[in-house]
Amino acid sequence: MAKIAVQFTLNGSERAEFVESGSTLLSVLRDKMGDTSPKAGCRQGSCGACSVIVDGELTLACLTLAETSNGKDVRTAAGLSSGDVLHPLQRAFEEEFAAQCGFCTPGMIMAATVLLERNPNPSREDVIEAISGNICRCTGYEPIIRAVLAAARSNSVAA
Amino acid sequence: MGLTLQTCATVAEARSALKTAGSRYMGGGTLVVRAANEGDLTFSTVVRAVDPALSGVEVRDGRARIGASVTMSAILAHPELQVLAPAARAVGGPAVRNMATVGGNLFAHAPYGDFAAALLALDAVVSTEEGELPLDAFFERRDRLEGTAIVTSVAFTLPSPESFRFLKVSRVHPKGAAVLTIAADLREEAGVIASARIALGAMAAHPVRARAAEAALAGRPRTREGVADALAVALEGTDPPTDAIASAWYRREVLPVHLGRLLLS
Ligand SMILES: Cc1cc2nc3c(=O)[nH]c(=O)nc-3n(C[C@H](O)[C@H](O)[C@H](O)COP(=O)(O)OP(=O)(O)OC[C@H]3O[C@@H](n4cnc5c(N)ncnc54)[C@H](O)[C@@H]3O)c2cc1C
Ligand code: FES
Ligand code: FES
Repeated sequence: MAKIAVQFTLNGSERAEFVESGSTLLSVLRDKMGDTSPKAGCRQGSCGACSVIVDGELTLACLTLAETSNGKDVRTAAGLSSGDVLHPLQRAFEEEFAAQCGFCTPGMIMAATVLLERNPNPSREDVIEAISGNICRCTGYEPIIRAVLAAARSNSVAA
Repeated sequence: MGLTLQTCATVAEARSALKTAGSRYMGGGTLVVRAANEGDLTFSTVVRAVDPALSGVEVRDGRARIGASVTMSAILAHPELQVLAPAARAVGGPAVRNMATVGGNLFAHAPYGDFAAALLALDAVVSTEEGELPLDAFFERRDRLEGTAIVTSVAFTLPSPESFRFLKVSRVHPKGAAVLTIAADLREEAGVIASARIALGAMAAHPVRARAAEAALAGRPRTREGVADALAVALEGTDPPTDAIASAWYRREVLPVHLGRLLLS
């Protein structure tokens, strides 16, 4: 099978790999680059567990051919914390019990990251819209909505 | 997976690349890559065109032309296309909208094609390399065009916010595939409906015009009695699918109810 080169910035570091042509960004991140924070839920675009941020846009890694990310800036949930210090969204998810099994959590946090970058003071409706492409089978969504709103409040206090 | 991606600078180049057996055009890829992930072996090469002309939006003298590669998110962000925001927002969640293109939506099979339903109610014209085609004629021929023609843009007269109505009925809120979608452009004059264009999504494999209902509305007031005849013939020309979202029977039962609500709202 033909190999192709993919090269992009992953959470601030330049990364390059030779991968099978037609590989999705999800499989390259997980299987080649060892970043298992994006989850393979459905590979159909339906669950949002594979959500990452490409050039500032929320992106489903399972529907993205890795080559189309060449030269771009890719961010995943694994890049949010600095060392042992959790990102405010991660802290809020912990404090609000917004993660149960945790499978949806990285995707939820990516969707919430894009929301807060664009709209630091979201309403409850804004949060619901922002996570509407992400499925959670455990929490019933309320703790997640509360966590995103709490993170927004803690950011605005910090600022 | 063994899929080859061929990136072409121009539409002409992409078109000749598509002549190779086993190739498939890709817009945003939400349906194409999903099909590949699901093991669809009918294609082994995906062809995309990065021609900037495909991503342009032009609004002039009340007419809009939207490039086939323009995404639903780009429409939501465009100040002059806000009248179409409800239709663009109806497509998937935020991440799907970042990828989903206008061109791809024209080819999406029911229950998808929400934005295409809005374009049909606006009597949009589809441009391919070969020329222009009214959207309803495009849908009639869609199966033959898929895989051979490349849609470059759609053009239509922008409706006024008062005349354009859009409703998507789904079971999961705020996002979920359509039980049905209704888009309507109603012009009222002197207290009666002067003209109406109504498009129905998920009521056939592709969006269809409710022409009998449109005719029954002409010259009638927008009242419960005024729209009754239109609701009685709303199902003419439909052939709704049965899928995981709803049965054909259910879609037929609820269409007149939702159409009535949309017309009277
Ligand atoms: C989770 C999920 C939810 C979705 N929800 C909705 C929804 O609510 N409503 C809805 O309408 N759709 C929905 N979709 C379907 C799809 O995302 C949209 O219809 C989208 O607009 C398709 O565009 P695309 O660019 O991604 O298409 P692609 O996957 O790139 O292409 C789809 C088909 O169209 C052809 N094609 C694409 N562009 C062109 C062109 N310019 N010329 C010729 N042929 C072309 C391709 O060859 C292919 O056969 C959903 C999809 C997913 C995965
Ligand atoms: S794995 Fe990508 S959306 Fe489910
Ligand atoms: S915490 Fe289990 S799926 Fe969301």
